[in-house]
Amino acid sequence: MKIVVLAKHVPDATGERTFAADGTVDRASSDGLLSELDEYAVEQALQIADELDDVEVVVMTLGPEDAADAIKRALQMGASAAVHIIDDAVHGSDALATSAILAEAIKKAAPDLVICGMASTDGTMGVVPAMIAERLSWPAATLGATLSVADDQVTIRRDDDVASLTIEASLPAIVSVTDQSGEARYPSMRGILAAKKKPVESWTLADLGIEPTSVGLNSAWSKVLQTSARPGKEPGRVVEAEDGVPALIDFLAAGKYI
Amino acid sequence: MSEVLIVAEHAESHVSKPAFELLTLARRLGEPVAVVFGQTEETVAKALGEYGATRVLSVTDPAIDDYLVAPKAEALAQIADSIRPAAILITSTPEGKEVAGRLAVRLGSGLITDATEIAADSTTTQSVFAGNWTVRASVTHGAPIITIKPNAVTPETAPTEPAMEQVAVTISDAAKTARVVNKEPKKSSGRPELTEAAVVVSGGRGTGGDFAAVEELADVLGGAVGASRAAVDAGWYPYAYQIGQTGKTVAPQLYIAAGISGAIQHRAGMQTSKAIVAVNKDPEAPIFALADLGIVGDLHKVLPAVIEEIKKRKG
Repeated sequence: MKIVVLAKHVPDATGERTFAADGTVDRASSDGLLSELDEYAVEQALQIADELDDVEVVVMTLGPEDAADAIKRALQMGASAAVHIIDDAVHGSDALATSAILAEAIKKAAPDLVICGMASTDGTMGVVPAMIAERLSWPAATLGATLSVADDQVTIRRDDDVASLTIEASLPAIVSVTDQSGEARYPSMRGILAAKKKPVESWTLADLGIEPTSVGLNSAWSKVLQTSARPGKEPGRVVEAEDGVPALIDFLAAGKYI
Repeated sequence: MSEVLIVAEHAESHVSKPAFELLTLARRLGEPVAVVFGQTEETVAKALGEYGATRVLSVTDPAIDDYLVAPKAEALAQIADSIRPAAILITSTPEGKEVAGRLAVRLGSGLITDATEIAADSTTTQSVFAGNWTVRASVTHGAPIITIKPNAVTPETAPTEPAMEQVAVTISDAAKTARVVNKEPKKSSGRPELTEAAVVVSGGRGTGGDFAAVEELADVLGGAVGASRAAVDAGWYPYAYQIGQTGKTVAPQLYIAAGISGAIQHRAGMQTSKAIVAVNKDPEAPIFALADLGIVGDLHKVLPAVIEEIKKRKG
């Protein structure tokens, strides 16, 4: 079985994240890393590989040169190979173009199962897996808190506010997993060494038969008009515990909560 | 005037507040037409009419409940093809966003998610990077598809008297592939919906797993209970109540963080609350930088004393 894990390289959420002059996420001024939420997807793929025979886990990323760091991390965790889709024309692509490129890449890779994280930690839209499924007419079992594969069928548990759903789909299928699916493993020393020898293919838009002018910032179907940093908050009042109770009561009374 | 399609979330006869928020925003762009999925009662149309729905379209195809997400997107695409709406507004729930994404592909429309505001020219406002930045954006291709964060705007009434219209849709086999084979309903907490509540009281690592005081304070204030990821990961509180980047985003009038340090992952889910109170033993906790009122102390002492005083005042 072949599993493709979609992984995104994102700016570190604990650092200063900003926008470039063209309204896109500034990827140059801060350190990037494999999106934490995609580590859960890699982990689930590796668990399936641990459990079943003959499972190949290919990590796939779409992004500029630096995105190789995300690939490296996934290979160190234990993925067997990688595809880096890299093309200058991709810069500024919206979710629609991103999903179109990834859908073509998935067709070319021809996996049995695609595993994604629940959302990226920068864009946080959480729509790309559903968009890819729509484009490929593949079943999509999304936002799994658990994931299992058996007999050409994938099963997830999806928890929403009112119910816990069990979803089944036949392979090939695309799934996404949440941060409830299980802690991602750290790369072992052996994994770090082994990663250096693992194959990484580079694909361009031409390799996927995609017209460069159909993607990128100028072809995006939404446009950022303005970005502004939220003004820093005036420091509030901080009191010690003994004064805390009357202070909170006054605060609640002033806001008419009591 | 052109029509604006909204998807009205509801539980049987109860229409959820975000539907009224969508109608309030939709009226800025055109005449709101509400789509309701699944079996409903006539009272749903009446409730949506209160907030300005000029038509209410009911879709009851069984595929809607039997398969995940895709049938809803397909049904909406068919409705959109026939009424040619000026825009489509959907609530920013995980499912709502997936429906919106699929619809954008089908209709060839631009998509904006997690907006908190829409102007009359359909430009949107979003809060991004854990609430540290504000982005104004607009859709430049097709009828804009926009998902709206719950609790971002105050619903305003504009009474109309729409009839409930049954709409027949054709759900293709391609949309019937992710089968819902079991549905385990969750028991209700009896408290307001987390994303709709005016007051949210949240507990974190500092609770040590004891949420009794957090829950009681929420109850005396008529609020909802939330939890940090640390508390959820520790198994102290269910995931459905997690506030933060991978849980719910809330923006209540008042947010009380008890025993929560305020890591970026948590701030992403509550930073835009109108007023913030933090109770934490650690004076260096980053949550204090966000708090309008910070109390350096043990929540297990502060909260019970506050609850007692509130009860005394209530008599």
